[in-house]
Amino acid sequence: MKILVTIKRVVDYNVRVRVKPDGSGVETDGVKMSINPFDEIALEEALRIKERGEAEEVIVVSIGGNEVQQQLRTGLAMGADRAIQVETDQPVQPLTAARTLLKLVEKEQPGIVFLGKQAIDDDCNQTGQMLAALWDRPQAAFASKVELADGKATVTREVDAGLEVNEVDLPAVMTSDLRLNEPRFVKLPDIMKAKRKPLDVLALADLGVEPAADLVARAYEPPPKRGGGKMVGNVAELVAELKNKGLL
Amino acid sequence: MARVLIIGEHDGQTLNPATAKTVQGAGGLGIADLDVVLFGTELDAVAAQAAALDGVKRVLTVSHDDFVHPLAARIAPEVAAMAGDYSHILTGSSTFGKDLLPRAAALIGVNQVSDIMEVIDARTFKRPIYAGNAIVTVEVPEGGPVVGTIRTASFAAAGEGGSAEISALDPQADNPGHTRFVRVEGGGGDGPDLASADVVVSGGRALGSSDNFAIIYSLAQKMGAAVGASRAAVDAGYVPNELQVGQTGKIIAPDLYFAIGISGAIQHLTGIKDAGTIVAINKDAEAPIFEIADFGLVGDLFTLVPELEQAL
Repeated sequence: MKILVTIKRVVDYNVRVRVKPDGSGVETDGVKMSINPFDEIALEEALRIKERGEAEEVIVVSIGGNEVQQQLRTGLAMGADRAIQVETDQPVQPLTAARTLLKLVEKEQPGIVFLGKQAIDDDCNQTGQMLAALWDRPQAAFASKVELADGKATVTREVDAGLEVNEVDLPAVMTSDLRLNEPRFVKLPDIMKAKRKPLDVLALADLGVEPAADLVARAYEPPPKRGGGKMVGNVAELVAELKNKGLL
Repeated sequence: MARVLIIGEHDGQTLNPATAKTVQGAGGLGIADLDVVLFGTELDAVAAQAAALDGVKRVLTVSHDDFVHPLAARIAPEVAAMAGDYSHILTGSSTFGKDLLPRAAALIGVNQVSDIMEVIDARTFKRPIYAGNAIVTVEVPEGGPVVGTIRTASFAAAGEGGSAEISALDPQADNPGHTRFVRVEGGGGDGPDLASADVVVSGGRALGSSDNFAIIYSLAQKMGAAVGASRAAVDAGYVPNELQVGQTGKIIAPDLYFAIGISGAIQHLTGIKDAGTIVAINKDAEAPIFEIADFGLVGDLFTLVPELEQAL
């Protein structure tokens, strides 16, 4: 079985993102870029499945310009067997991303496509569910535990009510939640080895993907700030303040 | 044709508050023709609750044993089959909505607007990105319905003075059979629902253990509050995942929020910034939580929390 794992290049988790003064976007020049943390968790899970002998090959895929090769190489250094860059210089929204991934799915015939549940830049939380719809296969979104047996997966999912367990037939789409695993650190020799692993480049334009109508961003603005607060010296003062505001 | 379809969320007995908030959010569209559809079995009680929401014109019930548990793979084709009659298809941005609606959007062939926090006009919306560090105004192109999730923390619940008509529909899609509900674990508890509680008491990593979290539960009980937690406290195993508040947990808007032993990572703050009043208790006077708290108290939480409970 092959596992296809998606990797999105995003502004690093630790960067405090700022809106450009003219409201045309967010500041990304000179900002540290990384693998979307949820995708890193998805890749880690795929690697563990392979290391348990339940998959033969892990393929990482990213859609974007040549800069995404940096994140694909990191994925290879973590342990993926090969990488695919779907090359485009335009940003891709979830439905077009899902249609693109479907083309790769038809080509590679994976048993599992593993995505992060959301990317921490656009916070959309859509692509995995969309791919599952287009592929007409199960989706196990927000996974915190995955067990495979007999062509099926038993997936524990983090939902508002607690933990929901679903059983899905393979092939299936899964999206990772935070507590699925803790991704491994990449070691230097692995970075060297990753340079020799195959990285194929396919032009998005050559895949025959019907582009979806994109949402149009009209303006960006910083979030409204909460007013400055007040420090209180003790519990009695706190209670008095809350009573004063009619909250107690 | 301007007509809104809201996919209602429920547990078989009670309509989830996310639906009343979605109805309220949809009010900003200025479209009077607004339907709520419910998938389930024995839907009379839930349908009556939906019919009472102000602004709802029709409640549509689709009953089938397939819908005992709401599986996205089963419901999404039903939503897609109904889409031709609607200009807007909305649901709350709960895990129910986040799981279901993108699947329906892909079948319909449109991108989704996730986490609508403000309605500008019928096709233009504000939504948070980068964990709430930026707000983008997006316009949905013509050529298909608006499909979106409503960020429930941004809207109050719709009132309950309505009397919509209720009618039954038959399912239009088949069960794909490839996805099966097994069980749901956790949840329950006696306190109010975290997503909609008026008062929330949250604890963080500084609690140090699952046992120590008892002082959080005790304070919450005294106040009739729901209990929440930071990601760090959930990751450490002090409390179950459904209590997590933040970018990837629950986004909440209580009248009063207590952040106890929570340093205030941006990912946590994005989950609480719509709270009415935020109280922070932390031993580190430099903790970022104090930058957004309305009232801050520096000190040892193991002394201050029991003292606070006593004082109430």
